[in-house]
Amino acid sequence: MTHQQPKTLKKRADIALHDDFLRKAVRFTTDRLRGRKEESSGALGDWEEWRERGRQVRIHTVANLDYYLGEFTKNMETAGGHVHFAADADEARKIVAEIADSKNTKIFAKSKSMISEEVHLNHMLEEKGIKVVETDLGEWIVQLAHETPSHIIIPAIHKNKSQIQELFEDEGHEKLAPETKVLAGFARRRMRETFEKADIGMTGCNFAIAESGSVVMFSNEGNARMVSTLPKTQIIMMGMERVLPTWVDLELMANLLPRSATGQKLTVYMSAVNGPRRAGELDGPEEVHVVVLDNGRSKILGDPEFQDVLNCIRCGACLNVCPVYRQVGGHAYGSVYPGPIGAVLTPLIAEDKKAWGELAYASSLCGACYVACPVKIPLHDMLVHLRRRHVEAGYSPVSEKIAFAGFGAAAKSSGVFNSAANAARWVQLHMIGDRSDQTDGPHGLEAAGPVAGWSNHRALPSPQKESFHDLWKLLKDEPAETPGGTDGKRDTHGA
Amino acid sequence: MKVSLFVTCLVDQFFPDAGASTVRLLRRYGCDVSFPPGQTCCGQPAFNSGYVNAAREAAKNHYKNFADADYIVSPSGSCTGMVHHYYRELFADDPVMLEKVSAMVDKTYEFSQFMVNVLGVEDVGATFPHRVTYHPACHGMRLLGIQEEPMRLLRAIRDIELIELPKAEDCCGFGGTFSVKLSDISGAMVTEKSEHIEETRAEYLISTDMGCLMNINGNLRRRGSKVKIMHLAELLYHASADK
Repeated sequence: MTHQQPKTLKKRADIALHDDFLRKAVRFTTDRLRGRKEESSGALGDWEEWRERGRQVRIHTVANLDYYLGEFTKNMETAGGHVHFAADADEARKIVAEIADSKNTKIFAKSKSMISEEVHLNHMLEEKGIKVVETDLGEWIVQLAHETPSHIIIPAIHKNKSQIQELFEDEGHEKLAPETKVLAGFARRRMRETFEKADIGMTGCNFAIAESGSVVMFSNEGNARMVSTLPKTQIIMMGMERVLPTWVDLELMANLLPRSATGQKLTVYMSAVNGPRRAGELDGPEEVHVVVLDNGRSKILGDPEFQDVLNCIRCGACLNVCPVYRQVGGHAYGSVYPGPIGAVLTPLIAEDKKAWGELAYASSLCGACYVACPVKIPLHDMLVHLRRRHVEAGYSPVSEKIAFAGFGAAAKSSGVFNSAANAARWVQLHMIGDRSDQTDGPHGLEAAGPVAGWSNHRALPSPQKESFHDLWKLLKDEPAETPGGTDGKRDTHGA
Repeated sequence: MKVSLFVTCLVDQFFPDAGASTVRLLRRYGCDVSFPPGQTCCGQPAFNSGYVNAAREAAKNHYKNFADADYIVSPSGSCTGMVHHYYRELFADDPVMLEKVSAMVDKTYEFSQFMVNVLGVEDVGATFPHRVTYHPACHGMRLLGIQEEPMRLLRAIRDIELIELPKAEDCCGFGGTFSVKLSDISGAMVTEKSEHIEETRAEYLISTDMGCLMNINGNLRRRGSKVKIMHLAELLYHASADK
């Protein structure tokens, strides 16, 4: 699943659709998270009002990102931290490599960070001979399997317990009981060793607070706190949009994010880093480096159709409700960020817009993502807008261009449109026949042409002898019937 | 009350009875129903596929046919959703058209919304002694905010046994061109939808959109299922006819 993925969405989805373990595991976990989210967001009172507040805070922050990022940087540097700006993934890797070299690093401990996935950091460090250890349980599982996360919050959502047991037994060369407690215990033992030996600890950032220059991390396993406390050097990597103006804003987000992500009222650990260890303090790193990554984000700033995607707080709620993600999981998207947010974000930040543009089509446009989003990002609208840009750039298939040029011309006139539709109906009625009752596979004409895919899973609709246009000739002079039911008497309008 | 029927291409070509049932019900409650014969398609297939110019041509034709209507009613939340949610965007660069189109958008209603919120009708006097489940169509539910209206109409039917559909709010996988472009993902989605429908042991599946119903029905037939599909307007009309 990692290194040699098929190049098209359709082929990657095909692999997932044939993986029953994966599909069961994804359904099981997303169902549980959806249920919990409903419970915990309901408990807050007017959830819609909370969402609107979240949206307003994020819109304001992103609209004034230069100011708040500047304030954050100034305050972090005043506290003794080093802030580096990376224009792209390559620069981000170079900055980390230089820090790692200067510390003569052998072991590099990481807590969960999607941004480090985005810049493909581990690969670069491993090539330098550095041992990289993921300390988030899910991330570690994925690392042991030589895979990538398939969910932004639950990296190993696609794995079941026995697959995890196997991975751990291979890693530890010991037999383990297939119990969650035993498996977690094994991981805990291994993690402790890493925390103590690591030269550098690296974390992501949930929110950077501008007014105090702090970095706040949410975690459930406590590993982020270990990684940011024990090693002498800490590196924090963050997307440039991950800022909040004040601690008051954090309170709002601390309510929205865990409830949306996992249905928790509060994250188990909320850790704040306010620069390196100060004189008299007992713990904390001696050096703190913050790498702020652009990697295509500044191009989205100022784009009225897409700027709001930078409001995302990476909770993964849109993945948990997405009916496409539910069927195929995260790897089918082929991108670092899967699901609806990934289908929007990836084509926007990618260099190769033609290849990644196809992700915008991985949606039935049902709108569940928008309803789930705690900051109300209109992802379903953005998917349609991305498709338009894909078409405008000339990347859509020729057959489709011809079809829609024909559609546009025909839709201008009912004569053309309806005679074309009538002709199609006539062909179906006379040449294909009524297959609406068939229960076996496709055959004959039905399996050919553009509807072949449809016919693999569905019978075609029964052909009709008359269209509504035909029917109207009789219907238009039909007299009105008398209303029945208790609401009949309300009829006072007259015809 | 003058109502213009926006029938939608799918109903026109494949499910004319849903259109006829809508007309007959509206007439019962005093609506003077007309059918602008020049109507074609709202443009949604083109718009959702990224072909904005083709969609705009369809929208212009739609406007030409419905500009003078007092009320526009459609047996589809999806096509009504296209008009409500995206028509203004299509004419954003043309302030004159934008104003005109906006006025038309405001007069456009999905069938169940119009029945309940405009006509004030919930009980049409129908009797239907069958086990029924209801699929809330995504665009009606999320683009138009239709939640309660279809349920009120359904609950008022005598002798009906309404069974809640598990995971009702999950998309059936239709998504227009999505069902052809990524037909296997769409197929997996509709298969799960059919499984949930079968779990209810319902005899009938009701919805407010023929796109969803066509998709689900196609899969139910393939599975050899006995569940029958019906548009809400068809159920309400046929179960209350001759009264």
